Amino acid sequence: MEAIEKQSSKISKLSGGNRLDSRLTLTYFSIAFVTLLIGGLLGLLQGLNRAGLLELPTNFNYYQVLTAHGILLVLVFSVLFVIAYFYSVLSHTMDGLFPVVRKMGWISLITMLVGVVLVITNVVMGNASVMYTFYPPMKASPWFYVGLFIVVAGIWIAAFGGFTQIAKWRKRHRGQHIPLLAFFAMGVFILLFFGSLGVTAEVLMLIPWAFGWTETINVMLSRTLFWSFGHTFVNIWYLTAVSLWYVVVPKVIGGRLFSDTLTRVVVILLVVSNIPGGFHHQIVDPGMSEGIKLTHALMSMVIGFPSLMTAFAMFFVFARVGKKKGAKGVFGWIKKMPWGDVRFLAPMIAMIFFIPGGAGGIAQNANQLNQVVHNSLWVVGHFHITVGVTAVLTFFGAMYWLIPYLSKRTLTPAMNKLGVIQTLIWTIGMVFMAGGMHTVGLLGAPRRTSYTTYGDSATAASWDPYLLLLAVGGVLLTIGLVLIVYIVFNLMFFAPKGTTEFPIAQGEDNASETPKWTERWSVWIIIMLFIVAFGYVFPLVDMIQNAPPGSPPFITW
Amino acid sequence: MNMHRYEKIWLFLAASMLVIAVVYSGVQTFALGQGPPSGVGMIDPEKVEETAPFDNPGTFQISENEYEVVMILRAFSFEPNVIEIPAGATVHFKMTSTDVMHGFQVIGTNLNAMIMPGHIQEAKQTFKKPGEYLVVCNEYCGVGHQLMSMKIIVK
Repeated sequence: MEAIEKQSSKISKLSGGNRLDSRLTLTYFSIAFVTLLIGGLLGLLQGLNRAGLLELPTNFNYYQVLTAHGILLVLVFSVLFVIAYFYSVLSHTMDGLFPVVRKMGWISLITMLVGVVLVITNVVMGNASVMYTFYPPMKASPWFYVGLFIVVAGIWIAAFGGFTQIAKWRKRHRGQHIPLLAFFAMGVFILLFFGSLGVTAEVLMLIPWAFGWTETINVMLSRTLFWSFGHTFVNIWYLTAVSLWYVVVPKVIGGRLFSDTLTRVVVILLVVSNIPGGFHHQIVDPGMSEGIKLTHALMSMVIGFPSLMTAFAMFFVFARVGKKKGAKGVFGWIKKMPWGDVRFLAPMIAMIFFIPGGAGGIAQNANQLNQVVHNSLWVVGHFHITVGVTAVLTFFGAMYWLIPYLSKRTLTPAMNKLGVIQTLIWTIGMVFMAGGMHTVGLLGAPRRTSYTTYGDSATAASWDPYLLLLAVGGVLLTIGLVLIVYIVFNLMFFAPKGTTEFPIAQGEDNASETPKWTERWSVWIIIMLFIVAFGYVFPLVDMIQNAPPGSPPFITW
Repeated sequence: MNMHRYEKIWLFLAASMLVIAVVYSGVQTFALGQGPPSGVGMIDPEKVEETAPFDNPGTFQISENEYEVVMILRAFSFEPNVIEIPAGATVHFKMTSTDVMHGFQVIGTNLNAMIMPGHIQEAKQTFKKPGEYLVVCNEYCGVGHQLMSMKIIVK
């Protein structure tokens, strides 16, 4: 096994593809982390405002800041990160990107940046304080929607680059399974493409309406199409994080893969069951019968199943590694884990936070529980621990080996220590902020609302102490943010030269062969489309046929 | 595909948990009548003020212990913005919006609904405890969103 590894790493060094690929992905990562810094600082302004500690100027108010924060972090940072990571994966596991794919990577980046500049300029100019959900009939400047369309076009180019890479590689390696991490990449690129089809249809209806060429818009249809994308994107970050848990974390702690087949099944399940999951954002909407809502509660709940498979797999790997190192008892492995190694610590904390995060998700998915917390700060707390810790802390953890691997540098013990500090500050910040949001949300505090006393209401005043936690968390997170950006750029340009490994766990020696059916992506895509049709055809047809008169545009900011 | 015995047990428990959650949700919705607000009525959003019952918003007693509240939501107010009802009465809300999306959340209860232009949302709630309930718009609706609130006074 070692001989093979040595040989393949020699090939990738000799092929010369890596240097050009690294330049591409490092550019992506640089822009991603600058975006994270700007978006995060905007988040701090909101936390301070919501706690009543800071008044924002009228020409850059809370809602503008919130719109920019949402778009920069939810859309721009995460998409750039996911594409950069999976392009690095494809380059590493397939001995370099094909030149055409690398070119598509660059074209995608430029396209997305053009779109983002158009979008953000409109937000800053005050022409688009519509949040990243941009629900009509609130009307932003048409150029805001054109910008969004260009961003999506950029995402598609990257996705098709991924498909091209995998297809070309398979042609040259007939009969072989695509490497496990590339298998995750395939799943993610499929979701990036199919998951954004609905929102693209929506944006293409909004553009002529915003220009004034059409008079009215179907509000319910737009909202439903938006959410067919909204939640799929959540699961794209999650699937990206999961790929690191299954394949990278076991290697970092000196273990083996849980099971190649099972991992691939988890990917397939997450891909096929994903898109209808977005419906649970509409549980308290009018215009949809309770029967449809229950069907969709079931369809979203299915996503929980592969997550629970992952939970088992991860603890099994930890226990097995612990046992090998002499751990005794059910929880003996905890002592044997390399807690001081940030490459383990960060993703491990991320996984631990997925326990309350996932449980909160299942709760919100139920008809009645959703009603308690819908549109309250609870929801914001939920996605700050799932995205902000489960996904993003896993991403941070990857930076400590991926950036040095790409920049041909090494992680020093000092930088590792700073990474541990960063991880802890980030975690504590999120505990304060997301904890405060969950609690005050249960008490009824609404989301997306700037500082208010609701006419000196006693009920609203009782929320104040919890809202202060948002500000405290925000300050800690900002410190964590500055640290991670420093660490990423240090590892990119200043860390000592050397070689760093791309950690990929191998299967057990006695592992059974992965069956060929896992590779039949055409079948999985057809099943996915069938499930999407099952979830969406009936409600969408109903929304189009039984639509109320459409809505004219409104600018309410 | 070979699976560890513990894994089979775990997955069986996991799947059961999810099934129970959905079944329970279904029982609550259909057998106990606690479904989420799902009004299916429609209206021309540009003619709300001239369409019954929204041409006359307010609180109306419909039987001994039941009230109907007809409400219009618009940026950035509720109409009516104060309603009074006796404790223990069941209140049927009928709501729509004349402009953008709004939220309707009665703090301290489970009543929480989306109000959209073109759609008539319906929700029902029994207020057992007397007191003053704060109602807020919980869907961002513009620059005055944080000011959009009303009161339900239960006597």
